Amino acid sequence: MNPSRLPIFRRWHPERLVRIRVLNTAWLFAAVVATLPAAEPEKPDLKFGFIKLTDCAPIVIAKEKGFFEDEGLYVTVEAQANWKILLDRVITGELDGAHMLAGQPLAATIGFGTKAHVITAFSMDLNGNGVTLAKSVWEEMLGLNPELAATPTPRPVKADALKPVVQRLKAAGTPLKMGMVFPVSTHNYELRYWLAAGGIHPGFYTPNDTTGTAEADVLISVTPPPQMPATLAQGTIQGYCVGEPWNQQAVIRDIGVAVVTDYEIWKNNPEKVFGVTAAWAEQNPQTHIAVVKALIRAAKWLDESPENRVEACRILSRREYVGADFQVIANSMTGTWQYTADDTRPMPDFNVFFRYFATYPYYSDAVWYLTQMRRWGQIGEAKSDDWYKQTATEVYRPDIYRAAAKELIEEGYLAATDIPETDGYRAVTDEFIDGIAYDGRQPNAYLQKLAIGLKD
Amino acid sequence: MSTTSAAAPRWEALARSALRNIGIPTLAIAVFLGCWSLASRNIQVSFGSLPGPVAVVEEVKNLWAEHVAEGAKEREFYERQAQRKEAFLAKNPNGEWKERKYAARPTFFRQIVTSLQTVFTGFVIASLVAVPLGVICGLSRGFNLALNPFIQLFKPVSPLAWLPIVMILVSALYNPPEPFFEKAFLSSAITVALCSLWPTLINTAVGVASIDQDYLNVARVLRLGWFAKVFKIVLPAALPLIFTGLRLSLGVGWMVLIAAEMLAQNPGLGKFVWDMFQNGSSQTLAQIMVAVFTIGLIGFALDRAMLSLQRAVSFGAQAR
Repeated sequence: MNPSRLPIFRRWHPERLVRIRVLNTAWLFAAVVATLPAAEPEKPDLKFGFIKLTDCAPIVIAKEKGFFEDEGLYVTVEAQANWKILLDRVITGELDGAHMLAGQPLAATIGFGTKAHVITAFSMDLNGNGVTLAKSVWEEMLGLNPELAATPTPRPVKADALKPVVQRLKAAGTPLKMGMVFPVSTHNYELRYWLAAGGIHPGFYTPNDTTGTAEADVLISVTPPPQMPATLAQGTIQGYCVGEPWNQQAVIRDIGVAVVTDYEIWKNNPEKVFGVTAAWAEQNPQTHIAVVKALIRAAKWLDESPENRVEACRILSRREYVGADFQVIANSMTGTWQYTADDTRPMPDFNVFFRYFATYPYYSDAVWYLTQMRRWGQIGEAKSDDWYKQTATEVYRPDIYRAAAKELIEEGYLAATDIPETDGYRAVTDEFIDGIAYDGRQPNAYLQKLAIGLKD
Repeated sequence: MSTTSAAAPRWEALARSALRNIGIPTLAIAVFLGCWSLASRNIQVSFGSLPGPVAVVEEVKNLWAEHVAEGAKEREFYERQAQRKEAFLAKNPNGEWKERKYAARPTFFRQIVTSLQTVFTGFVIASLVAVPLGVICGLSRGFNLALNPFIQLFKPVSPLAWLPIVMILVSALYNPPEPFFEKAFLSSAITVALCSLWPTLINTAVGVASIDQDYLNVARVLRLGWFAKVFKIVLPAALPLIFTGLRLSLGVGWMVLIAAEMLAQNPGLGKFVWDMFQNGSSQTLAQIMVAVFTIGLIGFALDRAMLSLQRAVSFGAQAR
């Protein structure tokens, strides 16, 4: 058993030790015995995968700040080439767990794309994505929508302003092309949500069209996140939706305009999760709890102070992690957002790792992603509200999260108020760019309300 | 008098040839560096400006500093572990303390080692398959005819086509409880083997088929068995060509390896190049250029090493 798991040893120094010995030997003994069985992780040597995005931060921080070691875990982290390879390597067991798109465990479990039962007990962050358009497209939008040219630009910019450009290009036979990172990525759904809210059809996935471009006004395709700016600069795509630092990268390199953030599309939307296979979780229950503990501590550390954020940016800018320049990473991680070269605004909630119960795996988050999979045809047939609930409970595992949080509260790392009192569903919210209310308990009624997309 | 006049031109000739053999390449390198430097000042890419020679040398220093820093982190880990062990044993004197190994992060220099291990593993697999097959092909016309279509069909296949098949097969077939090799390592090594076995196979077959008939007649006269014939007559006689094949194979393997590592995520030089590309930072291009020069230098060294081996077994016939 690892003694540093006990809070008293973490603040280990001789005077304190003597005092404890004198005053509290019996209690101490009891405490050691009490924590012994829960303490031993089945698999202490672990390897986690991540994609080079700033929201891999909880994994990186848990490693760099020694939170994994505190739990008796010896973790290697390894950058993966793309989301597909990352998921495959988790499924084959080459990776013990990974930084995943919220849609990945859900899609894998219901068998869209790769079929495997993948679960998550830890939500990694809220928000953190943006939509970038090529400068030429933005300039055309300014010309067609005089109100956009005001200073400061009225935000949020809605896709209605993009619609005339899309229509012109479609009529000319060269439809607008946009990139997103993976078919079941949060970015795909956010980009589609933004476009559809502005009356632009982003296209359906059908059995004959697995690229998701049936009836599309805009052709959306997959590009790995780090290649987005380069692909935009080459002109292969004219816009994209991606996580940071790849929007700010385009603005700083002066090749694009970061036109809207996902925070404006859906305030405090869930983003990445930490995924493992159900089989792995079953074989290594204590390890899983220990990993989630370290990740919760890392998330809390990330949201604790602006200084911590700056330190996190320094760590993330190292080449083995995200590797982008410090300034680019710091742009969004430290609470600002640069829309264009001369329009930088404060956005303190652009990257949320811990506040608003960001780490809690809510069923309602899972259900929202499932509704979007149905909306765009990735789920081939209508499903009952019960099915949505059932699938969410198979994949999202707040029970594991709660076990980890309970230990952290006992050890004094978390306050009881850091953990939500909830049945797994967030309150009904209409903080979307089009103001349509979402209730996770009624997915089918929600689908009915959305103008573009499948409705049942 | 006559000796000095004879020696002077010889010295002159020697000096002239030295000047030529050293001077021309030096001049060429200087011109190359000059052009590169000039280009780097004038070409702007999306990551900033193209790095010049100085930036690349700077990056080598950075990578080395990183390697040293990682060593320091490793020591710190063991110090922390020692403290933990002490605290643990102070608490439970009879407790069983498990030593942990430091989960090292692959630095550039460790990645070079990984790449070399991978390429040699692939090369050994390829040689173990190609040499025996080549010998049989060379000895038996029928076998050669049977194998020929496959050689012609698979020889031109790119490693990028083999890799997904190999990765899927490795994932399906290689699942030991305590894996000795990483799957990514195995996939890369097998892909290297698949692409690099052809030169050895073909050269061995040609080498064996073109053995002087007199040698084989000797074997017949001595009534040597099949194995004795292969090991005493055929292999020694075909050795120069076999080694020519092996040298070509290693060169192919090294080229293939970089592509395989990029996709299979084997933590070697290929993954280094891909990861740096994904970073998109202002050092990206300089780091990739360091990798390019490293790959080139190692490839050159491997070729020279194989060439000396080839010469050693060529019995006076000059290999180039």
